[in-house]
Amino acid sequence: MRLVTVAGPPSVGKTSLFLRVAARLRDDGALVGVVKFDALSTSDDEAYAGIGLPVRVGLSGGLCPDHFFVSNIDDCVAWGREAGHDVLIVETAGLCNRCSPHIRSVLAVCVVDNLAGIHTPRKIGPMLRLADVVAITKGDIVSQAEREVFAYNVSLANPHAPVVWCNGVTGQGAADLAFRIRSAPEVETLDGQHLRFSMPSAVCPYCIGETAIGETYQRGNVRKMNFGDRP
Amino acid sequence: MTRVALDLPLGTLIQGWPRIAAFLDGLGLTGLPPDRSVREWLADLPDARLHDMGLDREQLAAHLRHLTDSTAEVTSETIQTVTIHGGRGKSGDSDSADLVVRAGEIVCVVGPTGSGKSRLLADVECLAQGDTPSGRRILLNGAAPTAAQRFAPGCKLVAQISQNMNFVVDLTVGAFLATHARCRQVHRQDDVVERVVAVANTLAGERFGPDVSVTQLSGGQARALMIADAALLTASPIILIDEIENAGINRRQALDLLVAEDKIVLVSTHDPLLALLGHRRVIVRHGRVADVLATSDREKTVLQRLEGIDARIAGLRNRLRHGERVDDV
Repeated sequence: MRLVTVAGPPSVGKTSLFLRVAARLRDDGALVGVVKFDALSTSDDEAYAGIGLPVRVGLSGGLCPDHFFVSNIDDCVAWGREAGHDVLIVETAGLCNRCSPHIRSVLAVCVVDNLAGIHTPRKIGPMLRLADVVAITKGDIVSQAEREVFAYNVSLANPHAPVVWCNGVTGQGAADLAFRIRSAPEVETLDGQHLRFSMPSAVCPYCIGETAIGETYQRGNVRKMNFGDRP
Repeated sequence: MTRVALDLPLGTLIQGWPRIAAFLDGLGLTGLPPDRSVREWLADLPDARLHDMGLDREQLAAHLRHLTDSTAEVTSETIQTVTIHGGRGKSGDSDSADLVVRAGEIVCVVGPTGSGKSRLLADVECLAQGDTPSGRRILLNGAAPTAAQRFAPGCKLVAQISQNMNFVVDLTVGAFLATHARCRQVHRQDDVVERVVAVANTLAGERFGPDVSVTQLSGGQARALMIADAALLTASPIILIDEIENAGINRRQALDLLVAEDKIVLVSTHDPLLALLGHRRVIVRHGRVADVLATSDREKTVLQRLEGIDARIAGLRNRLRHGERVDDV
């Protein structure tokens, strides 16, 4: 089974785009399954189910979505294999821009959009910097000049990854991504595999439900801001 | 970066490779010791700092290596011709013939809404290789484009200007053009910025300066700036223009500007003036190229009359704008 992890900030158009990609893979004869990770709720599963694809949903609720993802990704692979899928698309919600869902030897796609502003690429961490392919969406509504500046900044953040211009509405770029997924590495299990980079961390009272504010509660993995010497 | 380059002082690297300077700046790595070698500096970089950047030591070194290697970017060979080959329409009929568009030529694409004008432009945009619904192949200088030509962001061959496009960035015209010039690695950036603004002002109905925010430009001013930028700053040899007839810009001057820069220009339009400004026009019907007509001499005289009418309407618009009566028309 070929596996692809798809990550990107909220509302960049991951689902619109991968509906197109999945449909193309399916039309070429592949059995495609989808797992959608989200935080509180999602209706994206209905969109995938609407084009006849088997889909499962993982909601992280009160947990860090990234940590929830890595604790469940191998189960996703097991589900996909048991269901006999040729391709498993795992879409994650990149909520804090410091998420790091990409796995070594698994095709990693990062989706970003042109509307986010030309400096956004430098604000996104391993999700963008360590992806294999960067899909840029919503190019149809910004100027050519902004597209070029944005793509340039993406190539600075991740010099390795090819940029694919995509549009979930017209299907632009879907063929290219489908091609890359068809040649992605085969995955049997992720047991023993590694993430490309460590996930964001915090081990402190707030991680386990503390709500009170004050120095007493700032224990464990705490970092303080520096406001300089003078007021 | 070769092994030798890893031993270069940081200062040399930052001076010699503008992209590396921008990359390090993007990671918040400023004020680096210019005399230390990259290797030493990397070795001493605290783990916590790396962790915050979201890159480990090897990944950071690999990114730096890639940036030095790819700096000698493929300066794309001059594109003399674009060939649109072998498409099929909605009922499976083939395009009437291959269409070859040359540098400095304007070809208009006409047809009713839904006839496939946008599909044709989209095929050119992605340099289709039989992998779009039309099955068309786009050839450059008579040959299929290389993977680098299709996918390299730095030397994208096709630029687009459409009615739906807007500037969204929160910068002034001057600052934004300077940013664009920097990422195009243009020398003498100030001159280029000045020139783009000047040219844009010859196309737009209303003047604007470099200090106005790009998001505050009117529709016409924004379109004018996009065209001037595409002509003078964008390296792309192929320009696709989608329905800019209502933009309130001087259309003839805009197209003349692109032709003067030897661009290959495809314009999708419903506007008779634009359609006749093209050297040829492609008639699209049911998703296929049904015919290609060269603009005839008699049509060129029609165009002159149209431009006369257009100028009169523009004059009227101006007078009404300035609060005049137009009883005398």
